[in-house]
Formats: sequence, C-alpha cells, structure tokens
Amino acid sequence: MGFLTDAPIRLEALLREVEAPDRGAVATFLGVVRDHHQGRAVRDLEYTAYGPMAEAEGARIAGEAESRWPVRVAVRHRTGRLAVGDAAVAVAVAGAHRAEAFEACRYVIEELKRRVPIWKRERYADGTEAWVDPTAAGGVVPVEGRAR
Amino acid sequence: MTQAAIPVQVHLFARYAELLGHERVDLQLAPGTTVGGVVSRLRAMPGGDRLPARLLVARNLEQVGDEATVSAGDEIALLPPMSGG
Repeated sequence: MGFLTDAPIRLEALLREVEAPDRGAVATFLGVVRDHHQGRAVRDLEYTAYGPMAEAEGARIAGEAESRWPVRVAVRHRTGRLAVGDAAVAVAVAGAHRAEAFEACRYVIEELKRRVPIWKRERYADGTEAWVDPTAAGGVVPVEGRAR
Repeated sequence: MTQAAIPVQVHLFARYAELLGHERVDLQLAPGTTVGGVVSRLRAMPGGDRLPARLLVARNLEQVGDEATVSAGDEIALLPPMSGG
C-alpha cells in the first residue's frame, strides 16, 4: 500500500499490515486536523505533496525504523481537502515488546514531519488562508495568490 | 563548438509555486550547471526575487546541496519548509 492517499485513513487497515502472532506490542499515532492554529479558528485545510518524493521518503523512513528496531511499520498520509477531526496521518508499529514499538512510532512521525515533502494550507473561519511554515514567525505565511 | 544545452524540469510547490506563478518550469541549461545555478535562474524570473535566501532543493527525489550538478533529464524540485503531519 502506498504512503499517500486521498481517501480517509482507516487505522484498522494499518493495524492489519503490522500485526503478527509474535508481535505483542502495537503502538499507533494519529495526527488529526485541529480546529485552531495560533489562536485562529480553522475551518478546513488542504495538503499537497510532491508525490514521487513523498512516497520515496515515506518508504525510506519506515525502512530506517524497521532496521533500527525489531518492528514492522505501516504509515499513511492523506492529501487533499480535510475537515476538522479528519485523520491526516497515521502510524502503526508492531513489535515483540512495547519499548521498541513506542520508540519506532515516535521516530517515524518525527522524521515524517521533518523530511517528507508535504505542505499544509489552512483556511480560517474568516475565509482567509495561509501556508503553514514552521520556519516563519508565527508559524504561517498568508496566501497571496488567487483563491482556489 | 559549444555543447548543446541540456533540458531540465523544475517543479515548484505550495508557496513557491504561488510566488512564481508556475508549478513547473522547463529550463535549457549549459552543461555543468549546478543546483545553485538553477536556483539563480529561478530567482531571475518574475516573483523569484521573493524566494527565501536559503532553499531546500531535491534532485531526482533526494535533497542535494547547491554544488550538485545537473544532468539532462534531471528532475529538480524547490521544496518549501515541510508542514505535513
């Protein structure tokens, strides 16, 4: 299964990819669209990705986790328009014991946020929009182009 | 005799596509051009002066530095600060 999807993420599907009789610990992470950012009310948002590189980087990160810890990893990121409460990203990690499952799960989400070329555009309750940019003052840069 | 120019695709995303008004730019480059040289060409385009001083660039789906050279058919991408997850 690919890393990017434009369909709703189902955590059960990821669990099925990693579960096995010898893996007694399963750790999961879900990143869900929040209703506020920097004090502003978020109406919805849109994720775009550099598809081929996001797929390659997502697979590389999962592979790194599986070589550092004795675990199996499934990870998915959604693209397109998402509403508050929708899952944007999901990670499922299964291993024999909880320590490696927790550590690998944390590794995957942190590396994903740092390295995978995906961009978030927020639309606020007042209709204005901004690019989320962790390097910018205030964490966002207003959208200047034509509204889509 | 001058060597033939090499064709290179440059992909722009999110805010950078907005600044330059394009999601893709096709360039003809002199052989031996570096990633830094590609970025200079983009900075010279309308809106390109507003690109930040430091840029993340990928060549064929992997991040590279300014000194990396570009070959015919390479896919270059300018990556705004990532905000997935």
